[in-house]
Amino acid sequence: MLRSVALWLDQRLHLTRLFASTAGHAVPASAHSWFYVFGSGTLLCFAIQVVTGICLAFVYAPTAHDAWTSLLFLNYQQPLGWFLRAMHYWGSNFMVAVMTLHMVQVFLFGAYKYPRELTWISGCILLLCTLGMAFTGQILRFDEDAYWGLGIGASIMGRTPFIGARLVHLMLAGPIIAAETLSRFFTLHVFVIPGLIIALVSLHLRLVLTKGINEYPQPGKLVRKETYTAEYEALIKAEGVPFVPKAIGKDLIFSAVLMVGILACAAVFGPSGPSGPPDPTQINTAPRPDFYFLSLFALFALLPAYLETFLLLVAPVIAIGFLFILPFLSGTGEKSLRRRPVAVLSVMLILLTIGLLAYLGTYSPWSPQMDAWSGAPTPVAYVKGRTPLELQGALVLQNKQCRNCHSLGGEGGRRGPTLDGVATRLTRDQLIRQVIQGGGNMPAYGKNLAPHEVTALVAFMQTLRQPHEAVARDAAGPVVQKR
Amino acid sequence: MAVHEPQQSQTTSSDISRRGLLFALGVGLNAVAAILVAIPIIGYVFSSFRYKTLQEWILLGPLANFPEGQTRLATYRNPFTSPWDGSTADIPCWVRRLEGEKFQVFAINCTHLGCPVRWFQESGLFMCPCHGGVYYADGSRASGPPPRGLFEYEYKIQNGHLWVLGGQLPTLSSHPEA
Repeated sequence: MLRSVALWLDQRLHLTRLFASTAGHAVPASAHSWFYVFGSGTLLCFAIQVVTGICLAFVYAPTAHDAWTSLLFLNYQQPLGWFLRAMHYWGSNFMVAVMTLHMVQVFLFGAYKYPRELTWISGCILLLCTLGMAFTGQILRFDEDAYWGLGIGASIMGRTPFIGARLVHLMLAGPIIAAETLSRFFTLHVFVIPGLIIALVSLHLRLVLTKGINEYPQPGKLVRKETYTAEYEALIKAEGVPFVPKAIGKDLIFSAVLMVGILACAAVFGPSGPSGPPDPTQINTAPRPDFYFLSLFALFALLPAYLETFLLLVAPVIAIGFLFILPFLSGTGEKSLRRRPVAVLSVMLILLTIGLLAYLGTYSPWSPQMDAWSGAPTPVAYVKGRTPLELQGALVLQNKQCRNCHSLGGEGGRRGPTLDGVATRLTRDQLIRQVIQGGGNMPAYGKNLAPHEVTALVAFMQTLRQPHEAVARDAAGPVVQKR
Repeated sequence: MAVHEPQQSQTTSSDISRRGLLFALGVGLNAVAAILVAIPIIGYVFSSFRYKTLQEWILLGPLANFPEGQTRLATYRNPFTSPWDGSTADIPCWVRRLEGEKFQVFAINCTHLGCPVRWFQESGLFMCPCHGGVYYADGSRASGPPPRGLFEYEYKIQNGHLWVLGGQLPTLSSHPEA
């Protein structure tokens, strides 16, 4: 009975034929490798995002007035709402991570080379779409970080020459960040970009079927446009196996591990936010982006000002353009990473740079610590046995918010150098000049410090050293004094 | 009822040209229709690309709210708002009253990337929590990445009340350096 139903369906839908030309297509046996599981892993993450995203959309209220409240409702009232939010959040983290692994693997295995240029390019657009989903998703978590994140996006747009103001207006859908802005990003996140992703994934997979999966590269086996296709066909004939069921085993195991990983992270770490409400009048906030954009966030703080607009607007275009033309620049030749030192070093350099910037972004040493002046006490060792003048100086240092940028005893901002031991580095005159005139990224305090305050402050700073260390002195000092 | 099935052998040259004409006509009509459909859609989606400066005088409050020689946070409801804006249309700004009727009103947004700057009375500085931009009390740039001083509102005083001209998120292109 079952068999006859199956046969009837097959006759109507041609499932056997469909299977043979898709899931059952022949792949090189060497492609059954742990290195080849990241593509299907990314697709699985996307599927999880679609399902959990639809679930969240049942409850989420996409208006500026209600979005934040509906997130709290999801977290605390809707049964399992917190867990679905957590799965969606962790699913996005896993998706970006696995997609990065996929891209690195494809690059290192030379899979972008002839004849798979279009596979690579569609993958690059998918990368952009995924990052677009990450940014717009962060906006839909409509809290204070989302609000100021939009402000940062608008400020970047505003740097575009000639049409900057129009672009800002287009992005915000109005003169300020408000209701229509959220609706715009909701539409992008829920309709536009997912639609694009589905279309591009179809193209990506179609290309995997037409151009075949990359064989495991062997050192010394070069890609030549004239011979590659014939060689690949011969390889498939000699040692091709159907993807299902002969080469999908490791993909299946990785997918299961991924799902369990997402569930475990969601259960253990829970959802992300929302932080404070999207109320711009609550200005005691330090906006931070999600992990994927921390490296960019760090870059904005560290770039020299004259490079900034150029790098914000032009460098991304160049970088993306370079990714697109990569398969045409090095479309043939060696595939194995053992013979491509430049490729390996580039990947290491890029990942190190992004990782280091993101790490810096997690504690952003360039930001003043806004409450250090009132929250971090002067270390006891620095007030013991000091003269009244020096103690007055300690008060000035505290009250004038110096600690917001300068640390003492490990507490305080890290924007400027620590003041522990400053007495050994700067002479009295240098300290006075630095305080009054500023410079080297320090504001001038001349207008905000009375002369007696400067005297006290510098007297205190001259005590900031270890007992055995000498006070810094002017190299020319003693000679002048002798006369 | 007999169904007339054209056979290959019966296809004449006039038949071919008629099919060709219909095909060309169909493609052409659809192209025209597609353009007609696209015009309102593109016009709708990109309507906000057409931009004009949206500004209006906004009441910040009686002068008594702003003591001389001090800098205070003031908030207003943005004049261009929709009912479902929620708290996003409440916009803060820093009001510095120098003396008498001399004011400076600064946008909250750092000129670097738009984060909210905070005022520190004691050291007379505005500090930004994002990338460490710092401004002096008069709004001029003190240190850090900002390319210019704080954005300033135009202001006027009417019947003992302070008004500012605003309504738009300030960026480097909407408020180019004077």
